[in-house]
Amino acid sequence: MDKTIASLREAVSGIEDGMTVMIGGFGGSGAPIELIHALIDRFVQTGHPTNLTVVNNNAGNGHVGLAALIEQGMVSKLICSFPRSADPRVFTDLYLAGKIELELVPQGTLAERIRAGGAGIPAFYTPTGYGTDLAKGKPVEEFEGRPYIRERWLKADFALVKAHLGDTFGNLTFNKAARNFNPLMCMAAQTTIAQVSGIVRPGDIDPETVVTPGIFVQGLVEVAEPAQEEALNRANAVYPEFVQ
Amino acid sequence: MNKLNPTQIAWRAAQDIADGAYVNLGIGLPELVARFQPPGRQAIFHTENGILAFGEAPSAGQEDWDLINAGKKAVTLNPGTAFFHHADSFAMVRGGHLDVAILGAYEVAENGDLANWSTGPKGVPAVGGAMDLVHGAKRVAVITGHITKDGKAKLVKRCTLPLTGVQCVTRIYTSLALMDIEDEHFVLREKLSSISIDELQALTGAELHVVGAVADLIVPDV
Repeated sequence: MDKTIASLREAVSGIEDGMTVMIGGFGGSGAPIELIHALIDRFVQTGHPTNLTVVNNNAGNGHVGLAALIEQGMVSKLICSFPRSADPRVFTDLYLAGKIELELVPQGTLAERIRAGGAGIPAFYTPTGYGTDLAKGKPVEEFEGRPYIRERWLKADFALVKAHLGDTFGNLTFNKAARNFNPLMCMAAQTTIAQVSGIVRPGDIDPETVVTPGIFVQGLVEVAEPAQEEALNRANAVYPEFVQ
Repeated sequence: MNKLNPTQIAWRAAQDIADGAYVNLGIGLPELVARFQPPGRQAIFHTENGILAFGEAPSAGQEDWDLINAGKKAVTLNPGTAFFHHADSFAMVRGGHLDVAILGAYEVAENGDLANWSTGPKGVPAVGGAMDLVHGAKRVAVITGHITKDGKAKLVKRCTLPLTGVQCVTRIYTSLALMDIEDEHFVLREKLSSISIDELQALTGAELHVVGAVADLIVPDV
């Protein structure tokens, strides 16, 4: 078994119009910038994919990564907890113009909905959001005298994630706080593509340190020196046209 | 009017954090609390994006952008750090494992309702982890100016802005006073000696209850 994919282009070739795509990361930390940019390249060349629903904690920052994907007009709906950033203009302008739909989800509920999607649990109850605008229309039930609202699982056609090391079976490790949503999204998508800094042989990763078991990962592509969104933004980078 | 600056409010809040407490600090003003741990006490700070026991900001140029806090600012690590994914992070939050969460506020109502995520229908709404934190931590404290910049009450009978959580706040540190919320009332515990209870009441949108002595709110020049 070898889940290695030779190129970024090939890695994102299965994503079609109208699909739901989970994109890992919290802000720039753990964001699969190169996979996102490969998806933008495909759109620039072919006009597809478009009309995507994207699940991410945020709405991008500056003009690279997720913000660039949104700026291209490829995203029709965003499911996220915090669509603000140092430079959120791309999303903000489209949102205020009514050109992109937003489903705002509390951060812990977003994480648990994704986990539930990956774990085969269609719904769960949480205290988060009870009595707020974000609970409107959701069933309420009392447990041990406290009210909880029902939330549903979240699943995706694809997950694009960033990990540190991956072996050819798809076992993954992550770097520091770049873990965040990535392991959850690996579980919740039909097809998970991980960009990793290095692809190693089975056995080269100590099984005790595997964070995401390979069963949750369908493809791996190596990006030896991945860009950091924060560094790109500090250099005022714009994708597709890099000005550095 | 004599009042505490934001750093002084954070200092006061820090004095109530016990040794060994697990603490989540909201983005912005609450982050200042971490600077003022009393000597001999060690709290462990939690950030939603998956770190326990993170430390101060690195010096410029030393940032590792895989090592950030919930405010997306670079942090460093203290001995004893743990990393974890977002579902575990919010299990810590919702599951009642955090001792204290300290948040900012637009409005706090006398029944403990908190509004701190949306100023109304204009603009882009963003909630982050606030709604999870208010229903998870054992103690939910707010640090805030006592009134808005326009002089309006932030401590009110009922919130007018969209709620973050219902009946969740237990203690409020302001630029003028310290109050607990008990039985759906603001109970005054400490106030600056330079302001009378009547003056404080005039700046508060709901009744201040006095139960026993009101101590002077004494904070160093920080």
